[in-house]
Amino acid sequence: MTLLVLCDHDRGVVSDSAFEALTFARSIANSENISLQAVLIGQGSEQAAESVISFGVEIVNVASHECLTDYGPEVWGETLTQIANETSAKIIVSCGTDRGNEVLAHVAARLEMPFLANCRKIQIENDSSTATRIQWGGSLLEDVTSNAEVQIFSVEHHSTEAEAGASSGNGSIVEFKPELDSSLTRTLVVDRVVRTHGITLTTAPVVVGGGRGVGSAEAFAPLEELAEEIGGVVGCSRAVTNNGWRPHSDQVGQTGNRISPEIYIASGISGAIQHWVGAMAAKNILAINTDPEANMVTKAGYAVLGDLHEVIPAITAEVRSRRNA
Amino acid sequence: MKILVCVKRVPAPGARINVTEDGFEVDSTHLGFTTSPHEECAVEEAVQLVESHGGEVTAITLGPEAAEEQLRYAASVGVNNLILLPIGEPDWDPQKTADALTKAITEIESSEGVFDLILFGNESADSGGFQVGIRVSHQLGRPIVNGIKNVEITDNEVEAQREIDGGFEVYKLPLPAALGVKEGINLPRYPTMKGRLASKKAELKTLELSAEDGGQKRNKLHRPEEQVSETVILGNGPEAAPAIVDLLEELGVLQ
Repeated sequence: MTLLVLCDHDRGVVSDSAFEALTFARSIANSENISLQAVLIGQGSEQAAESVISFGVEIVNVASHECLTDYGPEVWGETLTQIANETSAKIIVSCGTDRGNEVLAHVAARLEMPFLANCRKIQIENDSSTATRIQWGGSLLEDVTSNAEVQIFSVEHHSTEAEAGASSGNGSIVEFKPELDSSLTRTLVVDRVVRTHGITLTTAPVVVGGGRGVGSAEAFAPLEELAEEIGGVVGCSRAVTNNGWRPHSDQVGQTGNRISPEIYIASGISGAIQHWVGAMAAKNILAINTDPEANMVTKAGYAVLGDLHEVIPAITAEVRSRRNA
Repeated sequence: MKILVCVKRVPAPGARINVTEDGFEVDSTHLGFTTSPHEECAVEEAVQLVESHGGEVTAITLGPEAAEEQLRYAASVGVNNLILLPIGEPDWDPQKTADALTKAITEIESSEGVFDLILFGNESADSGGFQVGIRVSHQLGRPIVNGIKNVEITDNEVEAQREIDGGFEVYKLPLPAALGVKEGINLPRYPTMKGRLASKKAELKTLELSAEDGGQKRNKLHRPEEQVSETVILGNGPEAAPAIVDLLEELGVLQ
Protein backbone atom coordinates (compact mmCIF):
# COMPACT_ATOMS: atom_id res chain seq x y z
CA MET A 1 0.00 0.00 0.00
CA THR A 2 1.22 3.47 -0.81
CA LEU A 3 0.52 7.13 -0.34
CA LEU A 4 1.23 8.79 -3.68
CA VAL A 5 2.03 12.49 -3.96
CA LEU A 6 1.72 13.98 -7.43
CA CYS A 7 4.58 16.47 -7.74
CA ASP A 8 3.94 19.17 -10.29
CA HIS A 9 6.95 20.33 -12.24
CA ASP A 10 7.50 22.47 -15.27
CA ARG A 11 9.85 20.60 -17.55
CA GLY A 12 12.06 19.44 -14.69
CA VAL A 13 11.67 22.30 -12.20
CA VAL A 14 9.58 21.12 -9.26
CA SER A 15 7.05 23.72 -8.15
CA ASP A 16 6.98 24.92 -4.54
CA SER A 17 3.42 23.67 -4.28
CA ALA A 18 4.69 20.08 -4.66
CA PHE A 19 6.86 20.51 -1.57
CA GLU A 20 3.83 21.71 0.40
CA ALA A 21 1.91 18.57 -0.63
CA LEU A 22 4.88 16.35 0.28
CA THR A 23 5.16 17.97 3.71
CA PHE A 24 1.43 17.55 4.38
CA ALA A 25 1.42 13.95 3.13
CA ARG A 26 4.52 12.95 5.08
CA SER A 27 2.81 13.37 8.43
CA ILE A 28 -0.08 11.17 7.24
CA ALA A 29 2.32 8.52 5.92
CA ASN A 30 4.12 8.50 9.26
CA SER A 31 0.99 8.18 11.37
CA GLU A 32 -0.56 5.58 9.03
CA ASN A 33 2.74 3.74 8.68
CA ILE A 34 2.37 3.68 4.93
CA SER A 35 4.99 4.06 2.19
CA LEU A 36 5.37 7.70 1.09
CA GLN A 37 5.99 7.82 -2.64
CA ALA A 38 6.26 10.68 -5.08
CA VAL A 39 5.06 10.69 -8.67
CA LEU A 40 6.79 12.69 -11.38
CA ILE A 41 5.38 12.57 -14.88
CA GLY A 42 6.90 13.38 -18.25
CA GLN A 43 9.97 15.11 -19.59
CA GLY A 44 12.36 16.47 -16.99
CA SER A 45 11.15 14.10 -14.27
CA GLU A 46 14.58 12.61 -13.72
CA GLN A 47 16.20 15.97 -12.94
CA ALA A 48 13.26 16.73 -10.66
CA ALA A 49 13.55 13.45 -8.72
CA GLU A 50 16.57 14.46 -6.63
CA SER A 51 14.89 17.51 -5.10
CA VAL A 52 11.86 15.43 -4.18
CA ILE A 53 13.86 12.69 -2.39
CA SER A 54 15.07 15.17 0.24
CA PHE A 55 11.47 15.42 1.42
CA GLY A 56 11.66 11.94 2.88
CA VAL A 57 9.99 9.86 0.19
CA GLU A 58 10.74 6.14 -0.02
CA ILE A 59 10.31 5.85 -3.76
CA VAL A 60 10.02 8.36 -6.57
CA ASN A 61 7.94 6.93 -9.40
CA VAL A 62 9.19 8.51 -12.60
CA ALA A 63 6.84 8.00 -15.52
CA SER A 64 8.04 8.38 -19.08
CA HIS A 65 6.37 7.70 -22.40
CA GLU A 66 6.48 9.18 -25.89
CA CYS A 67 3.06 10.72 -25.26
CA LEU A 68 4.34 12.59 -22.18
CA THR A 69 6.18 15.34 -23.99
CA ASP A 70 4.51 18.08 -21.94
CA TYR A 71 1.69 18.61 -19.47
CA GLY A 72 -1.73 17.26 -20.39
CA PRO A 73 -4.57 16.66 -17.94
CA GLU A 74 -5.70 13.41 -19.55
CA VAL A 75 -2.26 11.78 -20.03
CA TRP A 76 -1.20 12.87 -16.53
CA GLY A 77 -4.46 11.64 -15.01
CA GLU A 78 -4.26 8.31 -16.83
CA THR A 79 -0.59 7.83 -15.87
CA LEU A 80 -1.23 8.59 -12.20
CA THR A 81 -4.20 6.19 -12.22
CA GLN A 82 -2.00 3.40 -13.58
CA ILE A 83 0.69 4.05 -10.95
CA ALA A 84 -2.02 4.02 -8.28
CA ASN A 85 -3.24 0.62 -9.47
CA GLU A 86 0.29 -0.73 -9.79
CA THR A 87 1.34 0.32 -6.27
CA SER A 88 -2.06 -0.41 -4.61
CA ALA A 89 -2.33 3.23 -3.59
CA LYS A 90 -4.53 3.89 -0.58
CA ILE A 91 -4.13 7.67 -0.62
CA ILE A 92 -3.43 10.03 -3.52
CA VAL A 93 -2.49 13.64 -2.80
CA SER A 94 -1.47 16.77 -4.65
CA CYS A 95 -1.39 20.47 -3.92
CA GLY A 96 -4.63 22.30 -4.73
CA THR A 97 -3.23 24.22 -7.68
CA ASP A 98 -4.94 24.44 -11.08
CA ARG A 99 -2.98 21.42 -12.25
CA GLY A 100 -3.19 19.47 -8.99
CA ASN A 101 -6.96 19.73 -8.75
CA GLU A 102 -7.35 19.04 -12.45
CA VAL A 103 -5.24 15.86 -12.51
CA LEU A 104 -6.77 14.45 -9.32
CA ALA A 105 -10.28 15.01 -10.71
CA HIS A 106 -9.25 12.95 -13.75
CA VAL A 107 -7.88 10.21 -11.48
CA ALA A 108 -11.05 10.24 -9.34
CA ALA A 109 -13.21 10.00 -12.46
CA ARG A 110 -11.20 7.01 -13.67
CA LEU A 111 -11.19 5.21 -10.32
CA GLU A 112 -14.82 6.24 -9.64
CA MET A 113 -13.83 7.53 -6.21
CA PRO A 114 -14.68 10.77 -4.40
CA PHE A 115 -12.25 13.68 -4.65
CA LEU A 116 -11.93 16.28 -1.90
CA ALA A 117 -10.42 19.49 -3.25
CA ASN A 118 -8.48 21.96 -1.11
CA CYS A 119 -8.32 20.29 2.29
CA ARG A 120 -6.82 21.93 5.35
CA LYS A 121 -6.99 18.90 7.62
CA ILE A 122 -7.60 15.22 7.08
CA GLN A 123 -7.94 12.21 9.33
CA ILE A 124 -7.70 8.78 7.69
CA GLU A 125 -9.41 5.71 9.16
CA ASN A 126 -9.40 2.49 7.18
CA ASP A 127 -11.77 3.04 4.26
CA SER A 128 -12.96 6.44 5.29
CA SER A 129 -11.57 9.87 6.00
CA THR A 130 -12.81 12.98 7.70
CA ALA A 131 -11.56 16.20 6.18
CA THR A 132 -11.94 19.92 6.57
CA ARG A 133 -11.93 21.58 3.16
CA ILE A 134 -12.44 25.14 2.04
CA GLN A 135 -15.54 26.52 0.37
CA TRP A 136 -16.11 30.03 -0.97
CA GLY A 137 -12.34 30.36 -1.48
CA GLY A 138 -11.76 29.98 2.27
CA SER A 139 -14.61 32.07 3.71
CA LEU A 140 -16.34 28.92 4.82
CA LEU A 141 -15.13 25.46 5.85
CA GLU A 142 -16.83 22.14 5.18
CA ASP A 143 -16.34 19.09 7.40
CA VAL A 144 -16.82 16.11 5.15
CA THR A 145 -16.61 12.34 5.44
CA SER A 146 -15.46 10.34 2.46
CA ASN A 147 -16.01 6.61 2.19
CA ALA A 148 -13.65 5.17 -0.39
CA GLU A 149 -11.04 2.47 -0.86
CA VAL A 150 -8.76 5.11 -2.32
CA GLN A 151 -8.71 8.50 -0.61
CA ILE A 152 -8.04 11.25 -3.14
CA PHE A 153 -7.59 14.81 -1.96
CA SER A 154 -5.68 18.01 -2.62
CA VAL A 155 -4.09 20.24 0.00
CA GLU A 156 -5.11 23.91 0.01
CA HIS A 157 -2.25 25.88 -1.57
CA HIS A 158 -0.26 27.96 0.98
CA SER A 159 -1.90 26.23 3.97
CA THR A 160 1.21 24.14 4.71
CA GLU A 161 4.77 25.39 5.01
CA ALA A 162 7.15 23.19 3.00
CA GLU A 163 9.73 21.45 5.18
CA ALA A 164 12.33 18.94 4.01
CA GLY A 165 12.19 15.59 5.79
CA ALA A 166 15.11 14.75 8.09
CA SER A 167 14.38 11.03 8.21
CA SER A 168 14.80 8.52 5.39
CA GLY A 169 16.55 10.55 2.73
CA ASN A 170 17.67 7.37 0.97
CA GLY A 171 14.75 7.18 -1.43
CA SER A 172 15.15 5.37 -4.70
CA ILE A 173 13.95 6.16 -8.17
CA VAL A 174 11.69 3.66 -9.92
CA GLU A 175 10.90 4.04 -13.59
CA PHE A 176 7.33 3.51 -14.70
CA LYS A 177 6.18 2.97 -18.28
CA PRO A 178 2.46 3.68 -18.53
CA GLU A 179 0.37 2.26 -21.35
CA LEU A 180 -1.08 5.29 -23.07
CA ASP A 181 -3.37 5.53 -26.04
CA SER A 182 -2.10 8.27 -28.32
CA SER A 183 -5.62 9.72 -28.55
CA LEU A 184 -5.14 11.09 -25.02
CA THR A 185 -2.56 13.55 -26.32
CA ARG A 186 -5.54 15.59 -27.56
CA THR A 187 -5.25 17.67 -24.35
CA LEU A 188 -1.46 18.17 -24.30
CA VAL A 189 -0.03 21.69 -24.06
CA VAL A 190 0.92 22.49 -27.66
CA ASP A 191 2.42 25.94 -27.16
CA ARG A 192 3.11 28.64 -24.59
CA VAL A 193 2.61 32.39 -24.76
CA VAL A 194 5.01 34.26 -22.51
CA ARG A 195 4.06 37.68 -21.25
CA THR A 196 7.25 39.21 -20.03
CA HIS A 197 7.03 41.63 -17.26
CA GLY A 198 8.91 41.85 -14.00
CA ILE A 199 6.88 41.77 -10.84
CA THR A 200 3.33 40.49 -10.98
CA LEU A 201 0.39 40.81 -8.62
CA THR A 202 1.23 37.48 -7.03
CA THR A 203 4.91 38.34 -6.45
CA ALA A 204 4.82 42.10 -5.73
CA PRO A 205 5.94 43.28 -2.26
CA VAL A 206 3.37 46.10 -2.36
CA VAL A 207 -0.05 46.05 -3.99
CA VAL A 208 -2.02 49.27 -4.33
CA GLY A 209 -5.63 48.19 -4.68
CA GLY A 210 -8.61 50.21 -5.81
CA GLY A 211 -12.32 49.45 -5.62
CA ARG A 212 -15.60 50.96 -6.66
CA GLY A 213 -14.66 54.06 -4.68
CA VAL A 214 -12.01 54.97 -7.26
CA GLY A 215 -14.85 55.89 -9.59
CA SER A 216 -13.45 55.47 -13.11
CA ALA A 217 -10.68 53.96 -15.21
CA GLU A 218 -8.91 57.35 -15.41
CA ALA A 219 -9.02 57.80 -11.65
CA PHE A 220 -6.61 54.85 -11.28
CA ALA A 221 -3.75 57.09 -12.54
CA PRO A 222 -2.75 58.26 -9.02
CA LEU A 223 -2.75 54.63 -7.84
CA GLU A 224 -0.44 53.74 -10.75
CA GLU A 225 1.79 56.64 -9.84
CA LEU A 226 2.06 55.57 -6.20
CA ALA A 227 2.68 51.93 -7.17
CA GLU A 228 5.44 52.97 -9.52
CA GLU A 229 7.02 55.26 -6.93
CA ILE A 230 7.25 52.51 -4.30
CA GLY A 231 7.93 49.48 -6.52
CA GLY A 232 4.47 47.95 -6.33
CA VAL A 233 1.69 47.01 -8.70
CA VAL A 234 -1.96 47.98 -8.96
CA GLY A 235 -4.74 45.54 -8.11
CA CYS A 236 -8.51 45.97 -8.03
CA SER A 237 -11.80 44.52 -6.88
CA ARG A 238 -14.39 42.66 -8.93
CA ALA A 239 -16.62 45.74 -9.09
CA VAL A 240 -13.83 47.48 -10.98
CA THR A 241 -13.36 44.75 -13.61
CA ASN A 242 -17.14 44.39 -13.97
CA ASN A 243 -17.26 48.10 -14.80
CA GLY A 244 -14.53 47.60 -17.37
CA TRP A 245 -12.16 50.04 -15.60
CA ARG A 246 -9.29 47.52 -15.34
CA PRO A 247 -8.48 44.18 -17.01
CA HIS A 248 -9.49 41.03 -15.14
CA SER A 249 -5.81 40.09 -14.73
CA ASP A 250 -5.60 42.92 -12.15
CA GLN A 251 -8.42 41.48 -10.05
CA VAL A 252 -7.73 40.37 -6.50
CA GLY A 253 -10.19 37.84 -5.08
CA GLN A 254 -11.82 34.43 -5.17
CA THR A 255 -12.18 34.46 -8.94
CA GLY A 256 -9.06 36.56 -9.53
CA ASN A 257 -5.55 36.61 -8.04
CA ARG A 258 -4.54 35.51 -4.55
CA ILE A 259 -1.95 38.01 -3.37
CA SER A 260 0.53 37.82 -0.49
CA PRO A 261 2.50 41.12 -0.46
CA GLU A 262 4.27 42.66 2.53
CA ILE A 263 1.53 45.29 2.47
CA TYR A 264 -1.75 45.64 0.63
CA ILE A 265 -3.04 49.20 0.40
CA ALA A 266 -6.77 48.71 -0.18
CA SER A 267 -8.38 51.98 -1.17
CA GLY A 268 -12.06 52.51 -1.80
CA ILE A 269 -12.72 48.79 -1.32
CA SER A 270 -15.61 47.74 0.90
CA GLY A 271 -14.22 44.24 1.39
CA ALA A 272 -16.84 41.71 0.33
CA ILE A 273 -15.78 38.17 1.25
CA GLN A 274 -14.93 37.31 -2.35
CA HIS A 275 -12.34 40.10 -2.32
CA TRP A 276 -11.14 39.39 1.20
CA VAL A 277 -10.16 35.76 0.46
CA GLY A 278 -7.85 36.99 -2.30
CA ALA A 279 -6.22 39.56 -0.01
CA MET A 280 -6.12 37.84 3.37
CA ALA A 281 -2.67 36.32 2.81
CA ALA A 282 -1.15 39.82 2.72
CA LYS A 283 1.20 40.29 5.68
CA ASN A 284 -0.19 43.75 6.39
CA ILE A 285 -3.29 45.51 5.15
CA LEU A 286 -3.84 49.26 5.11
CA ALA A 287 -7.42 50.24 4.29
CA ILE A 288 -8.17 53.72 2.99
CA ASN A 289 -11.87 54.42 3.11
CA THR A 290 -14.35 57.15 3.99
CA ASP A 291 -16.54 54.60 5.78
CA PRO A 292 -15.18 53.54 9.20
CA GLU A 293 -17.65 50.63 9.23
CA ALA A 294 -16.46 49.16 5.90
CA ASN A 295 -15.52 45.50 6.22
CA MET A 296 -12.06 46.24 4.83
CA VAL A 297 -11.45 48.86 7.52
CA THR A 298 -12.59 46.69 10.43
CA LYS A 299 -10.56 43.69 9.23
CA ALA A 300 -7.38 45.58 8.28
CA GLY A 301 -4.44 46.00 10.65
CA TYR A 302 -4.15 49.69 9.67
CA ALA A 303 -6.63 52.18 8.35
CA VAL A 304 -6.82 55.76 7.22
CA LEU A 305 -10.25 57.37 7.20
CA GLY A 306 -10.55 59.65 4.26
CA ASP A 307 -11.03 60.10 0.55
CA LEU A 308 -8.57 58.00 -1.43
CA HIS A 309 -8.45 60.69 -4.11
CA GLU A 310 -6.76 62.96 -1.56
CA VAL A 311 -4.86 60.36 0.49
CA ILE A 312 -3.15 58.45 -2.36
CA PRO A 313 -1.52 61.54 -4.00
CA ALA A 314 -0.48 62.72 -0.53
CA ILE A 315 1.39 59.43 0.08
CA THR A 316 3.18 59.76 -3.26
CA ALA A 317 4.14 63.36 -2.46
CA GLU A 318 5.40 62.37 0.99
CA VAL A 319 7.56 59.54 -0.41
CA ARG A 320 9.03 61.93 -2.99
CA SER A 321 9.75 64.67 -0.52
CA ARG A 322 11.57 62.24 1.82
CA ARG A 323 13.63 60.95 -1.11
CA ASN A 324 14.64 64.48 -2.02
CA ALA A 325 15.39 65.49 1.54
CA MET B 1 -22.58 24.92 -33.89
CA LYS B 2 -24.36 23.58 -30.84
CA ILE B 3 -23.06 24.63 -27.45
CA LEU B 4 -24.16 23.46 -24.01
CA VAL B 5 -23.40 25.53 -20.91
CA CYS B 6 -23.70 24.04 -17.42
CA VAL B 7 -24.52 26.60 -14.75
CA LYS B 8 -25.10 26.57 -10.99
CA ARG B 9 -27.32 28.74 -8.82
CA VAL B 10 -25.35 30.03 -5.82
CA PRO B 11 -26.05 32.53 -3.04
CA ALA B 12 -24.64 36.05 -3.50
CA PRO B 13 -23.03 36.82 -0.14
CA GLY B 14 -21.81 40.22 1.01
CA ALA B 15 -19.37 40.83 3.82
CA ARG B 16 -20.05 37.64 5.75
CA ILE B 17 -21.53 34.19 5.14
CA ASN B 18 -23.82 32.76 7.78
CA VAL B 19 -24.60 29.10 8.20
CA THR B 20 -28.01 27.62 9.06
CA GLU B 21 -28.58 26.37 12.62
CA ASP B 22 -28.12 22.72 11.67
CA GLY B 23 -24.82 23.70 10.06
CA PHE B 24 -25.74 22.08 6.80
CA GLU B 25 -26.21 24.97 4.42
CA VAL B 26 -25.49 28.62 3.83
CA ASP B 27 -28.22 30.66 5.50
CA SER B 28 -29.70 32.40 2.49
CA THR B 29 -32.60 34.07 4.32
CA HIS B 30 -31.24 37.53 3.59
CA LEU B 31 -29.30 36.73 0.43
CA GLY B 32 -30.06 36.98 -3.24
CA PHE B 33 -28.93 34.32 -5.68
CA THR B 34 -26.80 34.51 -8.77
CA THR B 35 -25.06 32.36 -11.38
CA SER B 36 -21.64 31.17 -10.23
CA PRO B 37 -19.23 33.79 -11.73
CA HIS B 38 -17.11 31.48 -13.91
CA GLU B 39 -20.34 30.08 -15.37
CA GLU B 40 -21.80 33.50 -16.04
CA CYS B 41 -18.74 34.01 -18.24
CA ALA B 42 -19.25 30.57 -19.82
CA VAL B 43 -22.75 31.67 -20.85
CA GLU B 44 -21.37 34.89 -22.38
CA GLU B 45 -18.64 32.96 -24.21
CA ALA B 46 -21.15 30.51 -25.66
CA VAL B 47 -23.40 33.34 -26.85
CA GLN B 48 -20.44 35.14 -28.45
CA LEU B 49 -19.25 31.97 -30.21
CA VAL B 50 -22.71 31.40 -31.66
CA GLU B 51 -22.96 35.05 -32.70
CA SER B 52 -19.81 34.64 -34.80
CA HIS B 53 -20.13 31.01 -35.94
CA GLY B 54 -23.91 30.50 -36.00
CA GLY B 55 -25.81 27.79 -34.14
CA GLU B 56 -27.54 27.70 -30.80
CA VAL B 57 -26.83 27.64 -27.09
CA THR B 58 -28.49 25.44 -24.49
CA ALA B 59 -28.13 26.12 -20.77
CA ILE B 60 -28.61 23.34 -18.25
CA THR B 61 -28.69 23.45 -14.47
CA LEU B 62 -29.06 20.86 -11.74
CA GLY B 63 -30.58 22.50 -8.71
CA PRO B 64 -33.72 23.53 -6.87
CA GLU B 65 -36.82 24.61 -8.81
CA ALA B 66 -35.83 28.19 -8.05
CA ALA B 67 -32.77 27.76 -10.31
CA GLU B 68 -35.23 28.61 -13.08
CA GLU B 69 -34.20 32.19 -12.26
CA GLN B 70 -30.63 31.53 -13.43
CA LEU B 71 -31.82 29.79 -16.59
CA ARG B 72 -34.15 32.72 -17.43
CA TYR B 73 -31.24 35.09 -16.87
CA ALA B 74 -29.19 33.03 -19.35
CA ALA B 75 -32.06 33.34 -21.84
CA SER B 76 -32.14 37.10 -21.31
CA VAL B 77 -28.54 37.39 -22.55
CA GLY B 78 -29.01 35.21 -25.61
CA VAL B 79 -29.27 31.50 -24.66
CA ASN B 80 -31.81 29.67 -26.82
CA ASN B 81 -32.79 26.51 -24.88
CA LEU B 82 -33.22 25.98 -21.15
CA ILE B 83 -33.11 22.70 -19.25
CA LEU B 84 -33.69 22.23 -15.53
CA LEU B 85 -32.77 19.05 -13.66
CA PRO B 86 -34.72 19.64 -10.45
CA ILE B 87 -33.45 18.25 -7.16
CA GLY B 88 -34.73 18.84 -3.65
CA GLU B 89 -32.42 20.58 -1.25
CA PRO B 90 -29.69 20.05 -0.29
CA ASP B 91 -26.97 20.03 -2.93
CA TRP B 92 -26.06 16.71 -4.50
CA ASP B 93 -22.48 15.56 -4.06
CA PRO B 94 -20.12 15.98 -7.04
CA GLN B 95 -20.24 12.34 -8.20
CA LYS B 96 -24.02 12.25 -8.10
CA THR B 97 -24.25 15.62 -9.86
CA ALA B 98 -21.87 14.47 -12.59
CA ASP B 99 -23.73 11.20 -13.12
CA ALA B 100 -27.07 12.98 -13.48
CA LEU B 101 -25.63 15.56 -15.88
CA THR B 102 -24.03 12.83 -17.97
CA LYS B 103 -27.35 10.99 -18.21
CA ALA B 104 -29.17 14.17 -19.15
CA ILE B 105 -26.65 15.12 -21.83
CA THR B 106 -26.69 11.61 -23.29
CA GLU B 107 -30.49 11.72 -23.42
CA ILE B 108 -30.61 15.15 -25.06
CA GLU B 109 -27.91 14.26 -27.58
CA SER B 110 -29.62 11.02 -28.58
CA SER B 111 -32.62 12.94 -29.88
CA GLU B 112 -31.12 16.28 -30.85
CA GLY B 113 -27.55 15.54 -31.90
CA VAL B 114 -24.15 16.01 -30.30
CA PHE B 115 -23.06 19.29 -28.71
CA ASP B 116 -19.90 20.51 -30.43
CA LEU B 117 -18.77 22.21 -27.25
CA ILE B 118 -19.75 21.87 -23.60
CA LEU B 119 -18.72 24.71 -21.29
CA PHE B 120 -18.41 24.39 -17.52
CA GLY B 121 -17.23 26.87 -14.93
CA ASN B 122 -13.76 26.04 -13.61
CA GLU B 123 -15.24 25.49 -10.15
CA SER B 124 -18.44 26.55 -8.41
CA ALA B 125 -18.27 29.66 -6.24
CA ASP B 126 -19.80 27.92 -3.23
CA SER B 127 -18.68 24.31 -2.86
CA GLY B 128 -15.62 24.59 -5.11
CA GLY B 129 -15.31 20.87 -5.88
CA PHE B 130 -13.18 21.29 -9.06
CA GLN B 131 -14.47 18.06 -10.62
CA VAL B 132 -17.98 17.93 -12.07
CA GLY B 133 -16.97 19.04 -15.59
CA ILE B 134 -14.08 16.59 -15.66
CA ARG B 135 -16.21 13.67 -14.45
CA VAL B 136 -18.93 14.39 -17.03
CA SER B 137 -16.42 14.75 -19.88
CA HIS B 138 -14.65 11.56 -18.89
CA GLN B 139 -17.93 9.64 -18.90
CA LEU B 140 -18.84 11.11 -22.28
CA GLY B 141 -15.36 10.27 -23.61
CA ARG B 142 -14.67 13.90 -24.52
CA PRO B 143 -11.50 15.93 -24.03
CA ILE B 144 -11.60 18.67 -21.41
CA VAL B 145 -9.14 21.27 -20.17
CA ASN B 146 -9.83 23.51 -17.18
CA GLY B 147 -8.81 27.09 -16.35
CA ILE B 148 -9.54 28.46 -19.83
CA LYS B 149 -9.42 32.21 -20.44
CA ASN B 150 -9.45 32.36 -24.24
CA VAL B 151 -11.34 30.26 -26.80
CA GLU B 152 -11.18 30.18 -30.59
CA ILE B 153 -12.98 27.79 -32.90
CA THR B 154 -11.39 26.70 -36.16
CA ASP B 155 -12.83 24.00 -38.45
CA ASN B 156 -12.98 20.93 -36.24
CA GLU B 157 -10.84 22.22 -33.42
CA VAL B 158 -11.04 24.52 -30.46
CA GLU B 159 -7.93 26.43 -29.46
CA ALA B 160 -8.00 27.26 -25.78
CA GLN B 161 -5.61 29.21 -23.58
CA ARG B 162 -5.05 28.74 -19.90
CA GLU B 163 -3.46 31.48 -17.82
CA ILE B 164 -0.37 30.46 -15.88
CA ASP B 165 2.07 32.62 -13.92
CA GLY B 166 3.64 34.94 -16.50
CA GLY B 167 1.75 33.76 -19.58
CA PHE B 168 -0.56 31.22 -21.18
CA GLU B 169 -0.55 27.53 -22.06
CA VAL B 170 -2.12 26.76 -25.43
CA TYR B 171 -4.26 23.66 -26.05
CA LYS B 172 -5.91 22.41 -29.25
CA LEU B 173 -8.82 20.05 -28.72
CA PRO B 174 -10.69 18.17 -31.45
CA LEU B 175 -14.45 18.78 -31.43
CA PRO B 176 -16.67 17.68 -29.80
CA ALA B 177 -14.92 18.89 -26.68
CA ALA B 178 -15.49 20.42 -23.26
CA LEU B 179 -13.79 23.29 -21.43
CA GLY B 180 -13.78 24.60 -17.87
CA VAL B 181 -13.65 28.39 -18.17
CA LYS B 182 -12.61 31.10 -15.73
CA GLU B 183 -13.89 34.58 -15.08
CA GLY B 184 -11.93 37.09 -17.15
CA ILE B 185 -12.44 35.19 -20.43
CA ASN B 186 -14.90 38.00 -21.29
CA LEU B 187 -16.99 40.69 -19.69
CA PRO B 188 -20.56 39.36 -19.51
CA ARG B 189 -23.16 41.65 -21.04
CA TYR B 190 -26.16 42.97 -19.16
CA PRO B 191 -29.55 41.79 -20.39
CA THR B 192 -31.49 44.24 -22.53
CA MET B 193 -35.14 45.04 -21.77
CA LYS B 194 -36.09 43.09 -24.89
CA GLY B 195 -33.99 40.16 -23.71
CA ARG B 196 -35.61 40.21 -20.29
CA LEU B 197 -39.10 40.17 -21.75
CA ALA B 198 -38.26 37.36 -24.18
CA SER B 199 -36.68 35.27 -21.41
CA LYS B 200 -39.96 35.17 -19.52
CA LYS B 201 -41.59 33.41 -22.45
CA ALA B 202 -38.67 31.12 -23.30
CA GLU B 203 -39.54 27.44 -23.13
CA LEU B 204 -38.06 25.64 -20.15
CA LYS B 205 -37.70 21.89 -20.32
CA THR B 206 -37.58 19.84 -17.13
CA LEU B 207 -35.88 16.45 -16.93
CA GLU B 208 -36.45 14.30 -13.87
CA LEU B 209 -33.39 12.18 -13.21
CA SER B 210 -32.14 9.98 -10.44
CA ALA B 211 -28.56 9.09 -9.58
CA GLU B 212 -26.68 7.16 -6.94
CA ASP B 213 -25.09 8.95 -4.00
CA GLY B 214 -21.34 9.40 -4.29
CA GLY B 215 -18.84 8.59 -1.56
CA GLN B 216 -18.65 11.96 0.18
CA LYS B 217 -21.01 13.29 2.82
CA ARG B 218 -21.16 16.75 4.32
CA ASN B 219 -21.15 16.79 8.11
CA LYS B 220 -21.35 20.52 8.61
CA LEU B 221 -20.34 23.94 7.41
CA HIS B 222 -18.65 26.42 9.69
CA ARG B 223 -16.82 29.71 9.47
CA PRO B 224 -13.07 29.71 10.02
CA GLU B 225 -11.94 31.28 13.26
CA GLU B 226 -11.63 34.97 12.66
CA GLN B 227 -8.42 36.58 13.71
CA VAL B 228 -9.62 39.46 15.78
CA SER B 229 -7.31 42.33 15.08
CA GLU B 230 -7.49 45.82 16.41
CA THR B 231 -7.35 48.24 13.53
CA VAL B 232 -4.73 50.93 14.09
CA ILE B 233 -6.10 54.19 12.71
CA LEU B 234 -3.17 56.06 11.23
CA GLY B 235 -5.11 59.25 10.78
CA ASN B 236 -7.75 61.10 8.80
CA GLY B 237 -7.44 62.28 5.22
CA PRO B 238 -4.21 63.42 3.50
CA GLU B 239 -2.71 64.50 6.84
CA ALA B 240 -2.16 60.78 7.50
CA ALA B 241 0.45 60.57 4.71
CA PRO B 242 3.55 60.91 6.97
CA ALA B 243 2.26 58.14 9.26
CA ILE B 244 1.62 55.90 6.24
CA VAL B 245 5.11 56.48 4.86
CA ASP B 246 6.56 55.78 8.33
CA LEU B 247 4.78 52.43 8.19
CA LEU B 248 6.10 51.67 4.69
CA GLU B 249 9.64 52.48 5.86
CA GLU B 250 9.21 50.31 8.93
CA LEU B 251 8.12 47.38 6.76
CA GLY B 252 11.14 47.96 4.51
CA VAL B 253 9.14 48.11 1.30
CA LEU B 254 10.31 51.51 0.07
CA GLN B 255 12.86 51.01 -2.67
